[in-house]
Amino acid sequence: MNITLAHYLVLGAILFATSVIGIFLNRKNIIVLLMAIELMLLAVNMNFIAFSHYLGDMAGQVFVFFILTVAAAEAAIGLAILVVLFRKVDTINADDLDHLKG
Amino acid sequence: MQLTLNIPVLCAIPLAPMIGSMIAGFFGTKLGGDRIGHGVCQFVTILGVTIAFALSCNVLSQVMDGFYFNGTVYRWMQLGELNLDIGFLIDPLTATMMCVVTFVSLMVHIYTIGYMRGEEGYNRFFSYISLFTFAMLMLVMSNNLLQLFFGWEAVGVVSYLLIGFYFERQSAVFANMKAFLVNRIGDFGFILGIGLLLASTGSMQYDVIFAQNTALAAQTLPGTSWNLVTVACICLFIGAMGKSAQFPLHVWLPDSMEGPTPISALIHAATMVTAGIFMVARMSPLFELSDVALSFILIIGSITALFMGFLGIVQNDIKRVVAYSTLSQLGYMTIALGVSAYPVAIFHLMTHAFFKALLFLAAGSVILGMHHEQDMRKMGGLWKYMPITCLMMLLGNLALIGTPFFSGFYSKDSIIEAVAASHIPGSGFAYFAVMASVFVTALYSFRLYFWVFHGKARWGHAADHHAHAEQGDDHAHHGLAPGEKPHESPLVVTLPLILLAIPSVIIGFYTISPLLFGTYFGDSIFIDLARHPVMKELEDEFHGPIAMALHAFTSPVLLLVVLGVLTAAIGYLWAPKLPSKFAEAFAPLKKLLDNKYYLDDFNQTVFAKGLIWIGGVLWHRGDQKVIDGFFVNGSAHAVGRFAGVIRHLQSGYLYHYAFAMISGLAVLLAWVLYAYLPFVR
Repeated sequence: MNITLAHYLVLGAILFATSVIGIFLNRKNIIVLLMAIELMLLAVNMNFIAFSHYLGDMAGQVFVFFILTVAAAEAAIGLAILVVLFRKVDTINADDLDHLKG
Repeated sequence: MQLTLNIPVLCAIPLAPMIGSMIAGFFGTKLGGDRIGHGVCQFVTILGVTIAFALSCNVLSQVMDGFYFNGTVYRWMQLGELNLDIGFLIDPLTATMMCVVTFVSLMVHIYTIGYMRGEEGYNRFFSYISLFTFAMLMLVMSNNLLQLFFGWEAVGVVSYLLIGFYFERQSAVFANMKAFLVNRIGDFGFILGIGLLLASTGSMQYDVIFAQNTALAAQTLPGTSWNLVTVACICLFIGAMGKSAQFPLHVWLPDSMEGPTPISALIHAATMVTAGIFMVARMSPLFELSDVALSFILIIGSITALFMGFLGIVQNDIKRVVAYSTLSQLGYMTIALGVSAYPVAIFHLMTHAFFKALLFLAAGSVILGMHHEQDMRKMGGLWKYMPITCLMMLLGNLALIGTPFFSGFYSKDSIIEAVAASHIPGSGFAYFAVMASVFVTALYSFRLYFWVFHGKARWGHAADHHAHAEQGDDHAHHGLAPGEKPHESPLVVTLPLILLAIPSVIIGFYTISPLLFGTYFGDSIFIDLARHPVMKELEDEFHGPIAMALHAFTSPVLLLVVLGVLTAAIGYLWAPKLPSKFAEAFAPLKKLLDNKYYLDDFNQTVFAKGLIWIGGVLWHRGDQKVIDGFFVNGSAHAVGRFAGVIRHLQSGYLYHYAFAMISGLAVLLAWVLYAYLPFVR
């Protein structure tokens, strides 16, 4: 069986959908939320690489490196905030964090 | 080519009193820490006014030699095309006014030394009257409407300050507020008139406005069929009605007697109240264009002359009698304006300034001699104790009622003849009014004279006068205690009386020919002789001042004067019981007069209460309910209520926000793709 562009795109779409569902359905903890966001970025990266290869343009793959770097930095900052948050409110349960309620 | 006057001299005339006023005001009062005493204050202010008087006389003599000045001295500001200038227009009309104002002012300054001696606020008083002189000079010397309006308001302010001079007294505060408010009504009309002229001619300079005379006469007020000149003139005259106390805006003048007597003489008799008369004479080229405005002036003047005279008969306060007399005489001047006899109005203004200032100052001298008693019921038989004052009061009264050869005779008789010769609508009523007023004037003048100076002495019953004296300012309740005698006033008081009595007696005789029938006023007063030939007819009948006086002995006018004096003599000299019986017989009439035709009550209940009611309604309904309730607080509440609904969307859960973000992004993306990228479709 030949693996075509469509397969990669479908994989990306599945990854993206998974992460969106992960964000919505996750009622438990914020670490899962961050992981879902990472997964979303990876879904985008998958699309970039697939299109890059398909079009023969390396710029897309260069972009992936950028995104990975940013994602790493973002994960570091996110986890750091999470640590501070935990120290302050003693929980990382997403359902308990409703301070923005109007 | 006309000769031009010297600008520095002209500037010095109003500035000299102002500098005196500033020195007295800033250094002689608590404001500047009482740095200078009474002596310095009276010296600098009198010096200032003396300089102004001397220079005015000099200017007058130069003007009679053909000198003239009309020009801008200083440009105050420029607004687009409009220049606001300070300028002087010096012609015979102005020069006459300047001399009258500075002369009376000088007399009052001197008189004040005696009258205000030992009073609280001596320096303040000097500062005010000098400031008044400055303002009045700015008013009469102006060559444009803006400066006229400045002077107009400035004299109003000083009048306000001086009526409320005894500011601890409730009635004085009420009176000055009343004067201020009533004058605002007049000034509102005045400023509308100025604005109308500015809008239609593009200038406030007299000469520019008058040059467009014919063009103005053809115009109508935009949007109506009213003649523009008529509307502008009536608006200007409403200003004059406020300042010159014409019916129905006269109500402030009797109350202004709360001020000290010298200023009643200076401001509320001789000069400030004549500003309206002066203004109409100054604007004569415009008023000549409108018969309607002239008739309006005539009717208002007639009502004032007659009905205010009646009120003089029932007053018991010596100053109020003179005040109502002033109102009546101002009515005469207004009548003269209404029949286009502007020179006659200015002539009467001048003679009236002298004899009315004399009467007021003489009344002040009586008040001084009676230890601040103003009620004529507590006077009588004063001639023995105050011979000079008595004689001067007699001369003033003779001038006022129009005894032949006295100055008042010439001016008043000229007005009566001018009214008789006039044919504009309203002149019939005016003629009746002036004739009736002749009798009334004689009656109240000699009622005052006989009651105060002759007959039985009714003074010496005031209880413990000295206890009152401790309280200082409450003059209304003073008087002579038993055993005390009235005394003649000191020389500083009687000297101005004598100096004022001289022109009161003779000035009419010497000035009537040049002033009314000569070329004295020249171009400064314009009369359309073809349409209003009153001055021409007067001139035809005039054969010299002596002939005029002799002719009077055959006229009904003098008969009315004699009748008036006789009536006063019967009622207040020979049969003192008669007036009260008369009052009982005509009780309703007496009540009407005592209440001043209920005009004050009418104003209090209708205008004052009405305005308070309207103000209350606007405050509660308009401000509190509509503006505050609906617009200001209402919009805030609306936002609040809307937000109260919307805030329930804010769950606070992170995944809800994320969901909203992602779904929003999806929707946006779908829309952008669908709308802008055609290949997706």
